[in-house]
Amino acid sequence: MTTLHTVNKSPFSSSALDNCLGLAKNGSTVLLLEDGVYAATAGTKSAEAIANADGVSFAILGPDAQARGIEGKLADGIKVVDYDGFVDLVAEHDKVHAWL
Amino acid sequence: MPIEVNGKQLEVDEEGYLANLNDWEPAVAEVMAKAEDVELGEDHWEIINFLREYYEEYQIAPAVRVLTKAVGKKLGKEKGNSKYLYELFPYGPGKQACKYAGLPKPTGCV
Amino acid sequence: MAKKFMYMNTKAPYGTIYALESLEVVLIGAAFEQDVSLAFIDDGVYQLTKGQNTDGIGMKNFSPTYSALGDYDVNKIYVEKESLEERGLTLDDLQHLTWEDEDEDWAEKDSIKLVSRAELADILDDQDVVLSF
Repeated sequence: MTTLHTVNKSPFSSSALDNCLGLAKNGSTVLLLEDGVYAATAGTKSAEAIANADGVSFAILGPDAQARGIEGKLADGIKVVDYDGFVDLVAEHDKVHAWL
Repeated sequence: MPIEVNGKQLEVDEEGYLANLNDWEPAVAEVMAKAEDVELGEDHWEIINFLREYYEEYQIAPAVRVLTKAVGKKLGKEKGNSKYLYELFPYGPGKQACKYAGLPKPTGCV
Repeated sequence: MAKKFMYMNTKAPYGTIYALESLEVVLIGAAFEQDVSLAFIDDGVYQLTKGQNTDGIGMKNFSPTYSALGDYDVNKIYVEKESLEERGLTLDDLQHLTWEDEDEDWAEKDSIKLVSRAELADILDDQDVVLSF
């Protein structure tokens, strides 16, 4: 069973990303959206945690990153997707786990 | 009640402010002014255009105090005062001029 | 007599409504001619980032409005250093906010002041009213 995890909370104000990373299995994908996109900014602890999460893929919702002015500051290795790409991710995985 | 401008029906709120910023064209100001028996001259347009530029830059309709100060700086002291602005827009330069300019009611106006 | 009002901004923009609500309260409150300061801490520092573009999410980009604060005589804007650093940001990542000093022939001055957590604690201690968003 493959899972798409979505995280929409800032890593600085919520433990959603930590909880998600602790339980995400190999082969799953984590999509960062809304305030969750801040986790992918270079030079943060969360970006480090993402870099160290072997076997898990990461994606970020582009429009949310653009809205927050951080598109140019993303850490390497994170795929930027648009809304269509979000839909594709949902379709490619067996289920979606929306972390709160 | 929508207002009719150049044959188009435009949505306005209960106080007559345009519901959709993008509906604005100069004729909107003319129609609104006519309904309040105001004849728009160059001086009115100077303020209306000033407000539209202010909104474009800052995404807000300025409070009267801020408008007065900013007009004074840009257009000169003889225009940057309440007397001048209230003569042009007797219902209040903030409210009335913003309405003609197609902007929302200034933040903080009751 | 003017009271010292401090608005504490602690949340990122767009994900929740707090940032926009705070900005509106500040603009409305400015009419009362109090001594107003703003502080940006935690995720609140994200409110001031440059280059925000909300075309893709269908929400209003209210970041240009922070540049109008100077017109509203709101010119004491404190950004907490630790919060910026934790997020991999520097002052250069934030908008350059200024105000014009009427008493000095409209000289342009910086509104943003970078302060440490300890300095901010002292500034907070000095306020009459603190509102947190």
